[in-house]
Amino acid sequence: MATDTGRLTAAAVRIHGLTRSYGERVILDALDLEIPAGEFVALLGQSGSGKSTLLRALAGLDYDVAGTGRVEVPEQVSVVFQDARLLPWQRVLDNVILGLDGAEAKGRASLAEVGLGGRERAWPNELSGGEQQRVALARSLVREPRLLLADEPFGALDALTRLKMHALLRRLYEQHRPAVLLVTHDVDEAIALADRILVLTHGRIAAEQRLDGGRTHSEIRSELLRALGVRGETR
Amino acid sequence: MLLATPPDTLVQARARRSLRPGRPLRLGFLYGPLLLVAAWAAGSATGLLDPRFLSAPWTVVTTTGELIANGRLQDNLASSVQRVGLGLAFGIPAGTLLALASGLSRWGEALIDGPVQIKRAVPALALMPLLILWLGIGEGMKITVIALGVVVPIYIHTHNGLRSIDGRYVELAETVELSRAAFIRKVVLPGALPGFLLGMRFAVTTAWLFLVVAELINSTSGIGYMMDLARTYGQTDVILVGIVLYGLLGLFSDAAVRLVERRALSWRRTLAG
Ligand SMILES: Nc1ncnc2c1ncn2[C@@H]1O[C@H](COP(=O)(O)OP(=O)(O)OP(=O)(O)O)[C@@H](O)[C@H]1O
Ligand SMILES: [Mg+2]
Repeated sequence: MATDTGRLTAAAVRIHGLTRSYGERVILDALDLEIPAGEFVALLGQSGSGKSTLLRALAGLDYDVAGTGRVEVPEQVSVVFQDARLLPWQRVLDNVILGLDGAEAKGRASLAEVGLGGRERAWPNELSGGEQQRVALARSLVREPRLLLADEPFGALDALTRLKMHALLRRLYEQHRPAVLLVTHDVDEAIALADRILVLTHGRIAAEQRLDGGRTHSEIRSELLRALGVRGETR
Repeated sequence: MLLATPPDTLVQARARRSLRPGRPLRLGFLYGPLLLVAAWAAGSATGLLDPRFLSAPWTVVTTTGELIANGRLQDNLASSVQRVGLGLAFGIPAGTLLALASGLSRWGEALIDGPVQIKRAVPALALMPLLILWLGIGEGMKITVIALGVVVPIYIHTHNGLRSIDGRYVELAETVELSRAAFIRKVVLPGALPGFLLGMRFAVTTAWLFLVVAELINSTSGIGYMMDLARTYGQTDVILVGIVLYGLLGLFSDAAVRLVERRALSWRRTLAG
């Protein structure tokens, strides 16, 4: 993706001096981050390091949290949660076009894109976990986001389904080109999907890796693991 | 490698015993009442039940025939059904609107919830003298008693349904930037529907209950009036016709609500199936 960077002019995300705390505990500490338009960024970090807190700040879902700093995001932001979060009383298609008037055709096209054409009239309860998460992807893409935020969207899926979802997400990303911030705790998932990988430690971006072909995946992998504080060689 | 189990001890995989209640029975809700009627018939036939205290089922049936033939049953039934219908027609929308107002705004809750809880704590019968003073003893008073009784369960269960809507759905509505109207239509109302329907089941039962109370006071029509009149003449068979009628009406209105429930909540896959 290195060749792309030249024509990425506008930034999709600009964060400056973002601080968030719960009570006495400072979770994000004057964090700076910029994501160019159309870049796929993965965010790694130990459990409790504040990944979700950062994502919620970007999604504008943290109005009840104390903090300072400046956050700039595009007009169109979509969020994919760890659970598919489909309204159980709305059929699949209605879930996809929730809040969009007269977008049925787009909704159908979006469902077909995630391989669920023909399931428009199903209830969410009738779908498998992976299928539900694909509906959630369709719901976020039909809004043509310039920024896609995803908080461990595949965390609840089995390994095989997860691999399929990686391929799907990457394909959809290449077609629609939103900027993506994917939170994950899985180093391999980050390497498989992202152009750039960030590690969040002590409330700041402490390490950064670019997958621009300079180094092998296993080198990147062990550096990321070191940044995450995992000692020794794994696997 | 050692096999812990020799091959000849392998058993056929058994169909797992289901922990669900099983397939729904056809007209299952009638089984219990039918058993009760059977016991009653047996008691009367063997002479265990004195007809002066409890008429036999067949006497009740012939009395019903007579009451239908002279038109008394239809007239009284029509008055009763009309009262309950009007009581529900006023009580259900009122309870729903109060629940929405109280569930969707803190101010609404502060103003509405208290009075409804107080109304709930006061026995309905205790309000009757006041209502009679205000509204007289006519139809207006009877319908008001029923409507006030209906408001409470509708309010309580709809409000509870509203308040227990998963906060994650609210968060979703925020991220897809639903308008307030769309939020109410797509999230709040369907989310509160199970609670509302539960409230409806209590409401129809309550409506028949309050009907009896209202009709026993100075009525000139209605099933309750018919029964009260029968009491003064010692006609247990007519009283029983009234009781059975009340029972049937309650049973069928509950079944009707449950039918609506199954239709409206078809998205749910629960134990009841
Ligand atoms: N509502 C809250 N009230 C108090 N503390 C909170 C709240 N939400 C999060 N925290 C704390 O903030 C810290 C960061 O939480 P966050 O959810 O951002 O972590 P995370 O990096 O997403 O972790 P995980 O990988 O386990 O999801 C945690 O220590 C958590 O306990
Ligand atoms: Mg998290």
